[in-house]
Amino acid sequence: MTVEPLLLTARGLTKTFGQGEASATVLHGIDLDLRRGELTALLGPSGSGKSTLLTILGTLLRPTSGRHEMLGTDLATASDAERTRFRSRNIGFVFQFHHLLPDLSATENVMMPAAAAAGRETAEMRSRARGLLDAVGLSDRRDYRPAALSGGQRQRVAVARALMNRPALVLADEPTGNLDRQAADQVMALIDRINAETGTCFLISTHDEHISGRCRRRIELLDGQVVAGG
Amino acid sequence: MRYAAKIAVRHLLSSPGQSALLTTGVALGVAVFIFMSALIGGLATLLTLRTVGSIPHVVLEMRPRDPAILAGIDGAQIAVQRDLSRREQIAVWQPLIPLIGETPGVIGVSPQIRGNAFVERGQAIAAVSVVGVLPANLSLIADVASAIVAGSPDLPIDGILIGRTLAGDLGLRVGQIVRLRSERDRERSFRIGGVFALGIASADRQTVYMNFTAARALFDLPSGISRIEIKVDPVTDAPRIAAVLRRATGLKTTAWTDENAQLFEALDAQGRTGAIIKLFALVTIVVGIASAMLLSIVRRRGEVGIMRAMGASKRLVIAIFVLEGTLIGAAGAVSGALLAWFTLASFPPIGEVAPGGLPIDRTQGQFLIAVLLTIIAAAFASLLPARQAAGIDPVEAIGQ
Repeated sequence: MTVEPLLLTARGLTKTFGQGEASATVLHGIDLDLRRGELTALLGPSGSGKSTLLTILGTLLRPTSGRHEMLGTDLATASDAERTRFRSRNIGFVFQFHHLLPDLSATENVMMPAAAAAGRETAEMRSRARGLLDAVGLSDRRDYRPAALSGGQRQRVAVARALMNRPALVLADEPTGNLDRQAADQVMALIDRINAETGTCFLISTHDEHISGRCRRRIELLDGQVVAGG
Repeated sequence: MRYAAKIAVRHLLSSPGQSALLTTGVALGVAVFIFMSALIGGLATLLTLRTVGSIPHVVLEMRPRDPAILAGIDGAQIAVQRDLSRREQIAVWQPLIPLIGETPGVIGVSPQIRGNAFVERGQAIAAVSVVGVLPANLSLIADVASAIVAGSPDLPIDGILIGRTLAGDLGLRVGQIVRLRSERDRERSFRIGGVFALGIASADRQTVYMNFTAARALFDLPSGISRIEIKVDPVTDAPRIAAVLRRATGLKTTAWTDENAQLFEALDAQGRTGAIIKLFALVTIVVGIASAMLLSIVRRRGEVGIMRAMGASKRLVIAIFVLEGTLIGAAGAVSGALLAWFTLASFPPIGEVAPGGLPIDRTQGQFLIAVLLTIIAAAFASLLPARQAAGIDPVEAIGQ
């Protein structure tokens, strides 16, 4: 069995919100490695620190202390602009709520991460966005705005958007949390297929055993600490 | 920038009612700005026209002869008393007329003989100011011909034109003969050829126009003249032209502006008042756009957050909201300018304003300045809210 190269390393990550007596430490020295092509579930009850860990790994939040590297870049000490550029090129997000822009069509929403980085839309971007929508089974909904799509369809558009910039890592925070079982299965099957076909690493936060059961690796978090699979 | 523009346009189109309302507000502000410019400018033009319409723009006269000061003896100065035995007159004036007439900006030259006289009819006597002009120049300074209410504006050598008030005071009518006795104690009889009403109280009561040659005899001026009055265009060039003519002729020159300082003070105060009103209109536009942008940003906080999370730079976010505000400003400015253009078109030109009517001069509406200032103000008004949007924390905004 081949061992894929390391994609992300976190060592001793802590996160404390607030100061003094009002402070609350949410993460306590998290150690974590992610390798290319992994499909990993991040499990834990509400308040265990899953979302905070994802936002730190996604460079949306800085850790209070600890080391955070990805693809050889020290992200804990990088400037805000560097982190924004890195995030744009290497990390995709899928949230519990789709967070599609209501004034853009499905195709335009998928193109958004690339267009925002480049400052313009190109034919190549449009072509890739359409290909991604085809891949998530929405070729007949390309020009629909989010309001005209079902919950499952919106979340599939969000998955396509996360893949637009060919990220090495997709962080998904409860991606099926707002979907019914059938729609959740469709989205999960889609993630599974993309992971297998493209080798994109997925870290999926969930407390749904059914979803985590489809992942090949499980990391369990409890009270801000990795208790299994780290 | 193209992508920012696209998103900005989508934002505006997503709430057409709100965008239309905001654009209307800006348009009304711009229309007020233009209206005030046209009104203040029109009023200044009207007042200037009415003030300078019946007066000379530059007057050339002989310099008063100052008493000569002889060398002092033992600290005392000896001056020769002013010679009053000779009259102030422009003795050699004929060569000056073409010289003045060819000066750039001068549109009319009228040599005149002026003096004081008494009009006598029976036991009634009235003091008058006589203006002796060449018949062809009668209406060069004040439009006397158009102001004739009885008789004709012709000026034969034995004819005079008198004002309506004077005619009323002395019970004079066209065709009657009156005697004029000048300050030189010369007397002559004249036939009243016409009665004028210039609308200027002093002129209608005291001024008498007569033939240049007749005035020569009445005031005992065989060759010289009293003064040269000229008209210039534009009237605002009068001080400059007066200075040019002073150097060219050596005569004393007086521009109409020298004797109407109060008018200029009033116009200046009026202009400042207009500027304050226009400033308030601009401030209203700025506050309106800034408020609307802040509301838009609050409403789109989640969208901004997700864009930032997906890698949109702060610059892109700033560009989106600045463009959004600028587009509203531009649309409002153009709409306001068009609204003002068509509204002001219903007002008559300044020259045809009826008494009591609003003196609106559309050409002084400052349309281009209003549009440009509004667009710039809108961009600046959006800048602060846009910077605020760029600072939105994506994690908070998307509720993570």
